[in-house]
Amino acid sequence: MPPPGCEMKKRFDIVGKPRRRVDGRAKVTGQLRYADDLALPRMLFAKLLRSPHPHAVVEAVETERARRYPGVHLVLTGQDFPVPFGIMPVSVDEYPLARERVRYVGDPVAAVVAVDEQTAVEALRLIEVRYRVLPPVSNPEEGLQRPEPRIHDYGEQGNIHRNQSYEFGDVAEALAKSELVFEDIFFYEGNTHLPMEQQASLAFLDGEGKLQISSSTQNPHYLHRQLARVLQIAESQIRVVATPNGGGFGGKCDPGGHEFVVSKAALVLGRPVKIGLTREEVFYVHRGRHPVLFRMKTGVTKDGRLTGMHLQTLLDGGGYGSHGPASTFYTGVLTPVTYHYPRFKFEACRVFTNKPACGPKRGHGTPQPRFGQEVQLDKIARHLGMDPAELRLANVTKPESLTASWLRIGSNGLAECIRKVTGMSDWKEKHRKLGRGRGAGLACSTYMSGAGVAIYWNKMPHSGVQILLDRSGAVIVYCGATEIGQGSDDVLAGLAAEALGVDIGAVRVVTGDTGITPVDLGSYSSRVTIMAGNAALQAAERLRAQIAAVVAETLGTLPDRVVFSQGRVFAADNSGTGMTFVEAVHAAEAQLGTLSAVGSYAPPRALGKYKGAGVGPSPAYSFTACVVEAEVDERTGWIHVPKIWIAHDIGRALNPTLARGQVIGGVYMGLGEALMEEQSFRRLPEKLSGALVHRAPSMLDYKSLTALDMPEVEVAFIEDPDPNCPYGAKEVGQGPLLPVMPAVANAIFDAVGVRIDEIPITPDKVLRALHAQDKRVGPTSFPAVPYPAPTFVLPPWEGGDGKEAKRDAAAAVV
Amino acid sequence: MRRSVQLALTVNGEPAEASVAPYKTLLEVLREDLGLTGTKHGCELGECGACAVLIDGEPQLSCLTLALGCEGRRVETIEGLARGPSLHPLQAAFADFGGSQCGYCTPGVIMTAKALLDRNPSPTRDQIREATAGNLCRCTGYQQITEAIEDAAARLRNEKTL
Repeated sequence: MPPPGCEMKKRFDIVGKPRRRVDGRAKVTGQLRYADDLALPRMLFAKLLRSPHPHAVVEAVETERARRYPGVHLVLTGQDFPVPFGIMPVSVDEYPLARERVRYVGDPVAAVVAVDEQTAVEALRLIEVRYRVLPPVSNPEEGLQRPEPRIHDYGEQGNIHRNQSYEFGDVAEALAKSELVFEDIFFYEGNTHLPMEQQASLAFLDGEGKLQISSSTQNPHYLHRQLARVLQIAESQIRVVATPNGGGFGGKCDPGGHEFVVSKAALVLGRPVKIGLTREEVFYVHRGRHPVLFRMKTGVTKDGRLTGMHLQTLLDGGGYGSHGPASTFYTGVLTPVTYHYPRFKFEACRVFTNKPACGPKRGHGTPQPRFGQEVQLDKIARHLGMDPAELRLANVTKPESLTASWLRIGSNGLAECIRKVTGMSDWKEKHRKLGRGRGAGLACSTYMSGAGVAIYWNKMPHSGVQILLDRSGAVIVYCGATEIGQGSDDVLAGLAAEALGVDIGAVRVVTGDTGITPVDLGSYSSRVTIMAGNAALQAAERLRAQIAAVVAETLGTLPDRVVFSQGRVFAADNSGTGMTFVEAVHAAEAQLGTLSAVGSYAPPRALGKYKGAGVGPSPAYSFTACVVEAEVDERTGWIHVPKIWIAHDIGRALNPTLARGQVIGGVYMGLGEALMEEQSFRRLPEKLSGALVHRAPSMLDYKSLTALDMPEVEVAFIEDPDPNCPYGAKEVGQGPLLPVMPAVANAIFDAVGVRIDEIPITPDKVLRALHAQDKRVGPTSFPAVPYPAPTFVLPPWEGGDGKEAKRDAAAAVV
Repeated sequence: MRRSVQLALTVNGEPAEASVAPYKTLLEVLREDLGLTGTKHGCELGECGACAVLIDGEPQLSCLTLALGCEGRRVETIEGLARGPSLHPLQAAFADFGGSQCGYCTPGVIMTAKALLDRNPSPTRDQIREATAGNLCRCTGYQQITEAIEDAAARLRNEKTL
């Protein structure tokens, strides 16, 4: 079956051709209005008072002096917000302003709304909060050892938020029968999104008295739902406008306390209220990469066939649930998508700690195990004396195959990616051949093109698009999708223009506005191109059908033989005659009335029928292979990366300029994570408070790569159109980040023979490893985690039906 | 109580006046008092480069510059760069090469690049990277920014020889 949109297309006018993105001009002229660029008459400003303690009971909040301060219009505390929020229905555990407990340094406790920011800041100092300090939990090991005091009164037990175990086939047996078993423990430090734009929001009452909030959010639909819940007003009375995000990377997926505060204040005061977070506050809001400690046990035959994997992960969740339940799943579920594991078991545990909540960051939960998996494969290849590329090629999953966990893998270009990237990097001449101090490392990855289920359970579409045809010939595309820099507006415009055969300049997109646009779930899980794109194509196809039915007779052909291309509408076998698109619209509007159509998209249902099978399935998976070259100075441990090669199975690159930008941007972020980015904490001396504070809540201390640090990146696309995706296009926003970290680690081993089994890989660790007996730096033990008994499911090839099975049934089959 | 003082400066070639609180930075005056929100802020601590503008032709961090210190000086922002309806070659190249993704760091990088090309019309790639190393970008990976500046430099040189 051809991919959506391809039935009528022999050649493309727009798809596949590099071009300026539709919002490019507004961005280079400074015209684009981000949330903090908005201003309204009589606008007031809000500021938040944040907790200086990582863990404390809030005994009293004294606001009288602040209320009386000249210029102050309103002071809000936790008492003004009795209803909690949480993006996932299973962890609604957060209040816009803390009520009786604060759970990390930076947890908001009160808000001041004043005539200007300066006045609000001055008034904040007049608020007195009486705290009763509680012992903080600084990491998951501590949380496991010390179940009391509990950070939350819900969760599995003590300070364990989520705890789960899945086993697909008898893994202990598979490992026992394996000729070789490799066991490694890895640690991946947390890091943060660091979007250039600090979160900002402006709330006001519109002319009808309804609440409107313009906010830098990736997910206006989820924010809309949470606002209605927390403020206890009907969703129909709230309009959320997602302003173009100055970068998101997952950091603007959760609703933020500040968004509820300005909304409430606007409702109370009847005046516009704005807030702009400081950079320090953005570090506190966080929701970034979970620190994960994990143990990976992998069986393999002497000739390099994987037999099974047992993966155990331990996540440092921070103070709140956030997307944590999903993150916990993602530290396991996508691990078996790249290589065929006949049996697979994964156990995962997320522990609450008194630090900013962790959540979704580009790759969401998967980069951590992927790092270990790809480094361990490098170790296995070394042990077996195999080329790491050959070992991978011998184990890659096949197109149209299933994993042991019942994920359906559709198109799969991983083998092609490996061949391509090893070819373009001259891998065979580099790996193990560059001499002491220089090395090359290979690693691979996969990612979802959209999550198979919504964050809240419902049977409705994941994305809706309405297209309106104006008699001027303009095509107006309405969709709830949110532009966060990734290019979703451009993707929508390009798809609509291609399908209707008009110039891209004839298309206008209206996006991310719950008051105008059909629901799209949001810009997360690399879902927009596939889901909003398919919805847009469906709407466009319906419009074409309407127009074709009207003009076919005039063109002397059948409706399904009418072609739309380059602003003209003509018969397939007679392109010389025909009419302009505008004439065709006029003819159709004269006969049918105003021309509009809607389209919607819901992903295919999961094959797995066990509880939890909803996390991991996707309409399509992208695949990536990456080679990193590294130079390591053995005297200083300094790591220099001169070049990176990457091949990405994208299905089809709709706008190659955008797609290439996503790949290089992903490589950049991955290299930053590999070498320097870390959201780490330190404990203040007891005499000060013993509090856990950020090592680096600033951009100077939180190191990221600059233009001078960034190597050249050579990009190749593998384009094998996927039948589930619009014109065959799979995701590109997240996948290319994922192989970079392990490829760096493997390159460093190739250069100087040390294994750094943790991220980030810094010069001090390299030096330590060079002087260590085992030439390794990394975690050496894994704590006793009380994982539950596993949900046992038979793999497809062992007679399973995708449902939970009894373990003795497995024995009977085997 | 009067909290403001008068400020007069040249912005994008035109005289501008504002009545501003004396503690305000140039960034705040541009965005809040003169309505020029094209200049962005990413930290307001001089760490990220998003707020870069040209003061008397030199790239400066407007978040660390006291507005009153700009009395009588010449300030250039992203809004003044285009040539009427046509984009400046730097703007066109950033848009065409993918040098701008979310667009938030873009005004600061473009203004920094303009200062570079004004003083060095034929920079090497390393000189471009050096000049823009103070402008953090989280989207592009910098490569397309470097490519865009290289392309704009070539186009500007061609304009001169024509």
